[in-house]
Amino acid sequence: MKPYHSLIFEISQSDRSAVDLPDSDVDTINLNDKFPNHLLRETEAELPEVSELQLIRHYTALSNKNYGVDSGFYPLGSCTMKYNPKLNEDVARLEGFNRIHPYQSTETVQGAMHLLYQLQEDLAVISGMDAVTLQPSAGAQGEWTGLMIAKKYHQQNGENRSKVLVPDSAHGTNPASAAVAGFETVTIPSNADGLVDVEALKAHVDHDTAALMLTNPSTLGLFEKDIVEIADIVHEAGGLLYYDGANANAILGKTTPGKMGFDIVHLNLHKTFTTPHGGGGPGAGPVGVVKELTPYLPVPRITKEGDQYRFHTDEPLSVGRVKGYYGNFGILVRAYTYIRTMGPDGLRQVSESAVLHANYLKKRLEPYFEAPYPQICKHEFVLSGINQKKLGVRTLDIAKRLLDFGYHPPTIYFPLNVEEALMIEPTETETKETLDAFADTMIQIAKEIEENPMMVLEAPHTTVIGRLDETKASRKPILRYTKQE
Amino acid sequence: MTNTQLRFTKKHEWVLPLDEERARIGITDHAQQELGDIVFVENAELNQQVTAHDSLGVIESVKAASEFYAPLSGEVVAINEQLEDEPERINDDPYQEGWLVEIAYTNPQELEALLTEADYQAFLSEEE
Amino acid sequence: MGSTFRYLPDTAQDQQAMLDALNIDSIDNLFDDLPTSIRLNGELPIEKAIAEPLLMKKMQQLASKNTNANQHSYFLGAGTYDHFIPSVVNHVISRSEFYTAYTPYQPEISQGELQAIFEFQTMVCELTGMDVANSSMYDGFTSVAEAAALAVSSTKRSKVLISQAVHPESRAISSTNASGLSYKVEEINLLDEITNLKELQQKIDQDTAAIIIQYPNFFGSVEDLNQIKQIAESHGALLIVSANPLALALLQSPGHLGADIVVGDMQPLGIPMSFGGPHCGYFAVNKKLMRKIPGRIVGEALDANGKRGFTLALQAREQHIRREKASSNICSNQALNALASAVCMSALGKQGIRKMAQLNVEKADYMAKQLAKKGFNVINRAPFFNEFIVSLPVSARTANRKLIEAGFVGGFDLSIDYDLANHMLIAVTEQRTKAEIDQFITVLEAL
Repeated sequence: MKPYHSLIFEISQSDRSAVDLPDSDVDTINLNDKFPNHLLRETEAELPEVSELQLIRHYTALSNKNYGVDSGFYPLGSCTMKYNPKLNEDVARLEGFNRIHPYQSTETVQGAMHLLYQLQEDLAVISGMDAVTLQPSAGAQGEWTGLMIAKKYHQQNGENRSKVLVPDSAHGTNPASAAVAGFETVTIPSNADGLVDVEALKAHVDHDTAALMLTNPSTLGLFEKDIVEIADIVHEAGGLLYYDGANANAILGKTTPGKMGFDIVHLNLHKTFTTPHGGGGPGAGPVGVVKELTPYLPVPRITKEGDQYRFHTDEPLSVGRVKGYYGNFGILVRAYTYIRTMGPDGLRQVSESAVLHANYLKKRLEPYFEAPYPQICKHEFVLSGINQKKLGVRTLDIAKRLLDFGYHPPTIYFPLNVEEALMIEPTETETKETLDAFADTMIQIAKEIEENPMMVLEAPHTTVIGRLDETKASRKPILRYTKQE
Repeated sequence: MTNTQLRFTKKHEWVLPLDEERARIGITDHAQQELGDIVFVENAELNQQVTAHDSLGVIESVKAASEFYAPLSGEVVAINEQLEDEPERINDDPYQEGWLVEIAYTNPQELEALLTEADYQAFLSEEE
Repeated sequence: MGSTFRYLPDTAQDQQAMLDALNIDSIDNLFDDLPTSIRLNGELPIEKAIAEPLLMKKMQQLASKNTNANQHSYFLGAGTYDHFIPSVVNHVISRSEFYTAYTPYQPEISQGELQAIFEFQTMVCELTGMDVANSSMYDGFTSVAEAAALAVSSTKRSKVLISQAVHPESRAISSTNASGLSYKVEEINLLDEITNLKELQQKIDQDTAAIIIQYPNFFGSVEDLNQIKQIAESHGALLIVSANPLALALLQSPGHLGADIVVGDMQPLGIPMSFGGPHCGYFAVNKKLMRKIPGRIVGEALDANGKRGFTLALQAREQHIRREKASSNICSNQALNALASAVCMSALGKQGIRKMAQLNVEKADYMAKQLAKKGFNVINRAPFFNEFIVSLPVSARTANRKLIEAGFVGGFDLSIDYDLANHMLIAVTEQRTKAEIDQFITVLEAL
């Protein structure tokens, strides 16, 4: 393939176009007659001017410089980069889902509302909650929604609890969401086994604790086996337990956050329920709650009366609205299609295979990389590159070297409580052959580090571009194209 | 490497008394090394009234953001405007060109309570 | 394991080999660390798996229960519009190298996505007249709330003024956001269908972080940003403008008129209505606010050989680094829809986008004039883009029932959020033909 390096603005030529719009069939209007002069543009927005084929070649060339799950193995920890089924894409594009308006009368969208209602019910069962809102558009927005619910609940009980507890292994979104919901964050340290230190938790929980946010299994891929005791400690102090569903891929059909004692749950449909990550989004982060918290869910809510579905906004205790309309509907359609495809048996097998794959891969890599937590893991595990660091090669270099072998690297330098962390999540949709091939490559890289470290330090060698100067990009940022005169 | 008049905080700021009323503040060499390549400084505002331990601003590197704090109470009377275009001065020369602010301090006792260089070095080895 | 699933590749032999390697008897052993009291006994009570051909049929049946824009002509807008989407858009976003990728944290194998977003940012800057745009937000409404939060944190003031001519959902989400971050949201009443500037002048004070205006506003009318900017500036408040990007093809850019933050939704440019989502918020600021902008942003960079590439820039602003000090918690965004709108804007180009916007103005103008001729009262006093208010002899709900029978999805019922009984907000996009407009009016005449 011919290398291609142009921006679309650089291939633009005046008077080219990639669309045919019909001519007006009504009277033409002189804009100056309709709008005051100072509210009309003087200069045109410089959008590119290309033919349709030029446009297609441009974006095809760009796609060739991009790596997705469909390109190869993508063991990015905590992101659950599993296969995105094609059926889901086709269903979401059906005109009866794709070309409907959020404000058309509810009688004319009963099919869509049935889907939303049923998905709420399914997610409630899967998470062990009593009611679900589909409004939040991502995990982070789900967290914030859940914490706003906690806030309102406590206020309703006459309490202004100000603290949210978060383990040191938590995703960065947890403390950020707590801040945006107006809470202070208190960090709870992990113990030597990588689990929440129950004694430290006891020391920090008090009558000012609004909630404990927990990812279970944690970002270390470890199941918090003391979860029942943890839940009791928090509940006894009057706090709520928040489940970050980023790692729910490990527990489907085996247990539920509800059974573990959680009160609020968000699920990432773009992780556990196969909706594509889209290069960063859109996702969806539905939130489920226990019965006591149901009145605080965002509005509108969907209710069923007889065989009719309707939107319901009259909820005086609701936290209000968190997102436009009813959430990322197109994403919800994909997740619903996936749940129907798998059924209860399939979902349970998803988690079983995801956990089996992670443990198998961990077993194969442990002799070569430090595994700070040797116990059984769930759907992901964390290795540390500290031994390699002693040889002068850092985790970042290992990640870059993996690119040469056609793999997307694992998550690196996270969680923060493991030095030189490599966080690996193979997912259930990969074959054993793929896991073995990846393990062989990692082992080869470990050997290279001992024998020929420059090979790793200078990686990648085969990509369209080398490592970029991120320092300069942040010191003197160039964030848009400007035409050179 | 450093001036004997320099004083330090446990949050890795240095303080250089310029005269009886005025002191210059920066971050230590250790702090700039920990942060890595500094890309931006959100500095304090001129004439801002500060109390010791208040946040003065944020120093950003490529993959970290770290607040720095007022070691002394008083008023911000000068800020290093060069950092706006050349934040790398903090990496290159943390004790001279890379200074952050000057404070007209109101409580000389706060100055006395700060760490000497020897104390600070001892504190660093403890932290290791 | 029981039945086979096409997304699960392990054979019995594979499983055995992995179990052997782990030296355990069964997969259940891998769940031994789950306390017995929390384990599920038996299956999740949800519907059994459905095979692909049957499921597709079922989903088609469900979809066919929804009245959609393939069968009906839509005169409904209010923030979501039935616009033409060129075929190239769906073809590009269906390339799975784009849609199955994660956030481009590894630039060497994500140059396609990064460059496409860099181009998107440039196009947003061009339309809005701003210096810097990010890679997208959840939607236009949440972008308004994020803009308010940014104004509050950067000015260290505690109140925002928001016009009632801003979309009701933007206002609702802003007030939820404000209750988390403890700032005040005060609404400015309408004068006819535009923001009451006298009241604005009375309510603005030294504690006002920003004024929030929609452009064109919820009722389609074009607010005079010039005057509003003067009011904001005289009190040191920021001007936040929520703008329809299609209208910006013709209207003076908010940046040119002094806006500090411009937000909105790209839905009119290449994104299907899809029952309200996923759409795509955009967020643009002037240079002063560059390092405070929420969300991800792509910048140009060079590799060691001096080759141009693109990477996520200014990451120190983001939640994964700032954690509890972050001023926004956004992480996932709507990247794929940003790509869709970039493709749409590239297809339309400099001339095409103007032509499309012009068609909207002309068709809406035609319809309003025809309605007036037939004796209907068109309420808008200010010039409008592609939407306007008409008063009806009956409720909008009743009118919409008649309209749907005649093959039309009628306008937004303004009795809902504005207490305007018998008033309808009508949107006329380039998709509507003169014949459809005339027939629609005929139905209204028969009410």
